[in-house]
Order: sequence, then C-alpha cells, then structure tokens
Amino acid sequence: MGTQSDIKLIEENGLRLDGRNPGDLRPIKIEAGVLNRADGSALIEWGGNKVLVSVYGPREAYPKHNQDINKAIVKARYNMAAFSVDERKRPGPDRRSIEISKVLSEALESAIMVEQFPRAQIDVFIEVLQADAGTRIAGLTAAAVAIADAGIPMRDFVTGCTAGKVNDKVVLDLSKEEDNFGQADLPIAILPKSKKIVLLQMDGDLSLEEFDTATSMIINAISRINEIQRNALSAKVKVDDAGGE
Amino acid sequence: MKTREIVLPGDEVKLEGVKPRNGLHRCGESAFCSSYFGTVQRSEEYVDVVPFCGPYMPRRGDKVIGKVIEIGPSMWIVDINSPYTSLLHMNDTPWRINSGELNRYMKVGEYLIAKVLSLNEIKESWITLKDVGLRKLEGGAIISLEAPKVPRIIGKGGTMVNMIKDATLTRIVIGQNGLIWIDGVKENLAIAKEAIELVKNQAHTVGLTDRVRAFLDSKKGEIIGNAE
Repeated sequence: MGTQSDIKLIEENGLRLDGRNPGDLRPIKIEAGVLNRADGSALIEWGGNKVLVSVYGPREAYPKHNQDINKAIVKARYNMAAFSVDERKRPGPDRRSIEISKVLSEALESAIMVEQFPRAQIDVFIEVLQADAGTRIAGLTAAAVAIADAGIPMRDFVTGCTAGKVNDKVVLDLSKEEDNFGQADLPIAILPKSKKIVLLQMDGDLSLEEFDTATSMIINAISRINEIQRNALSAKVKVDDAGGE
Repeated sequence: MKTREIVLPGDEVKLEGVKPRNGLHRCGESAFCSSYFGTVQRSEEYVDVVPFCGPYMPRRGDKVIGKVIEIGPSMWIVDINSPYTSLLHMNDTPWRINSGELNRYMKVGEYLIAKVLSLNEIKESWITLKDVGLRKLEGGAIISLEAPKVPRIIGKGGTMVNMIKDATLTRIVIGQNGLIWIDGVKENLAIAKEAIELVKNQAHTVGLTDRVRAFLDSKKGEIIGNAE
C-alpha cells in the first residue's frame, strides 16, 4: 500500500490491469467438505487466492482458564504458508497474522451461536496456500461455509469483500498490484441478511464520499458472494445423492 | 432422487401456522430463521430444522453409547461423542463397588450403553447404568455417524433398525449420540455396516426405507446363517 510507482492501474478505456470493470469481482469458487478428518472444511479460490479452512469443535476449551462459563470461544488461526507469496514467508505467526486471527475470530463469533456451547471452544484454521490480495476476506468467507458445514448453529453467514482506491478511482475487489500500488484498501465483512458489519479495516486514505461509494459497492457484491457460499453447501448434498445411487 | 426441503443458516422458514421448535431462531418481528445447514421437518404441531451433521448435545433421558476415558476414585469419565465429557458415579451402576476399585468393573477404553441422568446449565452431565438394557458393551464393533441422523437409522418406531437387524442377523444398539454398537458374524457385520452407511449418505432423501430394503434384499444370499 502506498508504494510509489509509475504503473498505470487503470487504463484509458476505464478497465483495470486484469481487464475488469471497477465494479467487477474476480472469479470465486468455493468447495465445502474437502477434508474428511475435520468437522467442517472449505476451500476457496478467489482470483489468485487459494485458502483452505478447517473447523474443529465445539470441544472442551483448553487451557481451562480460557473457558468461558457463558459461551464458547472462537479461535480462528490465520496462517500464511511459506510458499504463499513470491518471496518465501518466514513460517509461524507474525504481527500481521496475529492481528488478522483476532479480527476474524471476532467476526465469526458474531454469527455463531456461541451461547449454546458454554466452556467450549471452536477452532477455525485458515491456511492461506496462495496469496493474491484480500486473503483475510477470502479466508473469512470460506470459514463461514466451513462452520455451516460443521453443523455449528449460526445466525447468518459471514461474507466479506474489499474495495479500494487506485489511480484516484474507487474499485471493487483489489488485485495484488492494485493492493500494492493503490492508494487505499478497505476490507469489510457483513452478515448478509441483517447487513450488520462485523469487520471493517482500512489501509490508506479515502474521503467520505469515496468511503460511501466503496461501502455501497461492497454491500452490492456481498449478495453475489453469498450466493456462491450457499451454492457451495447445496452442491455438497447433491454430490452425496449421486454417490448413493 | 427427491430430497426434503434444504435450508442454510439465516434462511427464513415459513411456519405455516405451527410452532417453531429445534434449529430455528427469531430473526425479525414474527419471522423465524434456520440456524443450521439442514432439512426442514414439518409435523402437525412443530417445525424443526435438522442439521446434516453437528455436535451431539446430551438431553436428560437419552440413551447414549460412551467410552471410558479416565477413572477416578469414585467416577468414570466417559466420552459420549459430545463437546463435553460425562460422568458415571459408582452408585449409579448395578454393581456393589468399593471406592478405588472401579478399574475391576470397567477399564479405560471400554464401551457402555448408559442413560443421561441429569445435566446442568454449563453442560456437565451424569449418566447412569441403572435401567433396563443399560450395560457394559462387550465384544462387537462401534461405528459412528452424525448425531442428527440417528432418528433416520432408527426409523419410525424402530422400523429401519429392526429391518437391518432381522435381515443381517446382527445385534445392534443405537446411542442417541451417534455411536452404534453392532455384533454378529463378521460377514454379516460388513453388510449391516454398508446398510447403515447408505442411511448416513441419504439421510435427507425421501423413500429411504424402500431403498434400504432393496439393498438388503440384494445381499440376502450373502448372509451367513440365513435359514431361507
């Protein structure tokens, strides 16, 4: 973000580097139930992002002093694989991934009915296999599918999307170049039915009008992304049918 | 293949004049939404959403199959395939036990069929062996399935499980928590397991009993000890 560069991110005809319009999403594909050992799982491919999410639990929370007598604790762990980026990433949690783990845990907790599982913990492992901007949102979107797949009660899905500013123009779903050389990045996650915002971060600067445009673009895109999440789960039951016959 | 009505978390479920029960939450003035990815089941009085999978939450009176995972001076700690372990006190067994000698009656790793005696707000639960049919399970094999699918394995009034039992000449004990104990000749066990697998994969479809019957009929010749 904010790196100075001469790269023209938006061409004269108004299209972006990858040929998208400002309001276009990258192609998204979600598959639910990809891991047999996990209670729930999902694999998302969002543009160049590949994120694998597995969910375990609810199970008794350990260490015991972390248990909450009133509700379950949601422990999301966002982790980037060493090979997920161009230059090898030193493995293990760093400042960035600890922060993302925290905000994702809180976003998920607002959708999960944690009060049904006192003293328990729900583990969500978000493994970024290939990163291409917007991994936290991709991970969160897949995590919601994985949690529904695990049969954990939820009030709603959690669906996320980013918007940002490149070449003084507000665009949806930043690609890697736009993220690196753009002027602002705004990831937002929403509960699609109630339109409640559960995650909002911003990097860079947006004016008030730009912020409004960006959020309305995101809210618009959320329903499209949510549809993909829903199809991922419905497809899983259909496959079971074919296997049974 | 026809399936039941499928809903996803947050989907509104039309009540059609009956009361909401399990798997639904209020999501508006008079609207109710599904909490699970599952199927809608309507009866004359209630609407339920039955999830496809998910954790087993103990309820009082449920018969569950558990595995002893730890032994204390007066309690067995039992894993009942739920987020929470359960406790079996030595006074809740049909045996006369001296404190500290629990090991002589049930060892770590052994299975039992027990009834949930009580549970509290923080989901601590106690189970008992003092009722008809409750006992330590010796021999046989344990198979597991998602707890929400247990009613389909049992069928209406036990039709499904009785059909599998009779056709494969096996003994089957089903726990509400999704564990199934099954005993019989090795070859028959394999067929019974296959039948249960079939129910597991097609639990959300309509006309399941007929398909299981057809499957069992097709395997009739392979059953060992079949009089016919």
